[in-house]
Amino acid sequence: MTKRQKRLAFIVGGLALVGAAAGLVLYALKDNVSLYFTPTQVANHEAPQGRNFRIGGLVEPGSVKREGDGLTVHFRVTDNVQGMDVVYKGILPDLFKEGKGIVAQGKLEAGNLFRADEVLAKHDENYMPPEAKAALDAAAKAQSGVPAAASAPAVK
Amino acid sequence: MAINWFKYSAPTNFYSLAGKLIPWFAAAALLLFAAGMYVGFVVAPTDAVQGEAYRIMFIHVPASILSMFVYLIMAGYAALGLIFKTRLSAMMASALAPTGALFAFISLWTGALWGKPMWGAWWVWDARLTSELILLFLYLGFIALHASIDDPRRADRAAALLAIVGSVNVPIIYFSVKWWNTLHQGSTIKFSGTSMHVAMQQALLLMLLACWCYAIAVALARVRSIILEREGATQWVGELSEVRS
Repeated sequence: MTKRQKRLAFIVGGLALVGAAAGLVLYALKDNVSLYFTPTQVANHEAPQGRNFRIGGLVEPGSVKREGDGLTVHFRVTDNVQGMDVVYKGILPDLFKEGKGIVAQGKLEAGNLFRADEVLAKHDENYMPPEAKAALDAAAKAQSGVPAAASAPAVK
Repeated sequence: MAINWFKYSAPTNFYSLAGKLIPWFAAAALLLFAAGMYVGFVVAPTDAVQGEAYRIMFIHVPASILSMFVYLIMAGYAALGLIFKTRLSAMMASALAPTGALFAFISLWTGALWGKPMWGAWWVWDARLTSELILLFLYLGFIALHASIDDPRRADRAAALLAIVGSVNVPIIYFSVKWWNTLHQGSTIKFSGTSMHVAMQQALLLMLLACWCYAIAVALARVRSIILEREGATQWVGELSEVRS
């Protein structure tokens, strides 16, 4: 091997080693790197007990109820497998909506009630004008309502 | 016809080549920025969920992409410099670092401005945001390490090693939204296609090309000054008209 090839091999080998080390560290820490736990993980007792953590999931449609003070909100967060009740007192982000994603930070109380002190909205990576969204929603409705007329035009 | 690639690895030849290329890339950057801004603000429709605020992605996304690509190019040049001991490679790596750092900073800054109205928080310690912050620190570390060693050849070697080791972070940034639960949304531009309206895609593409042209023009301008600085004692630099006058 020439000197050049030796240096190349040293760099490629070094990079592979560093990459493997980083991969192993991140794999070992994977529960700590994730920002939130899903309701399923909480149900399996994977979430920490007695201290703050974050949960993430979709706000269950029809579950949002406001108390008389106008600030306290009750809702259910679901990952379509498990759900959990959340109570939060404060101002919700604009994107908070039934059926949309959220991440909430707080503590698990008795009776599996999650008392959140921060609720963040999580939006998805799809961007489209309102008309296209309305057309998509209508198509989805037609598809689920009348299976025979499922050939709804794919509007984009 | 065989192209002699090594011709332009000599600072003398690259200095004049860069001088000729800079105006073209600068002009292209200006035109593309103007076109991208027009399509982004006027032609692209309002988003159904996020309203007008989503338009910040026309700078946020290109800045993020560039911050990662520039890092890989910088680390590539640093590796070339270590392997072939070419002077120009190390100079290119040093010339790219401030531009990459700027893009990483813009990415974080515009991300915070976007996060507050949409998510409800300026900052969260999720994997995507944290790894991008580490990228900014890697750039700053590269610049600081290079500046802290007086002998330029030793500075090149030390900084190159940092750049190469740090490149492990780039795939982590890119795949962070896939591997872990994050607040940051997944990638809109995927290998399998994009999930956005056509006019939005065009604005994003124009802004991305504009940022590329800007990055190339600025890096070439910077490498020209680095060449002058480092080769200042040589005869060819002394004979340059812009140096003599």
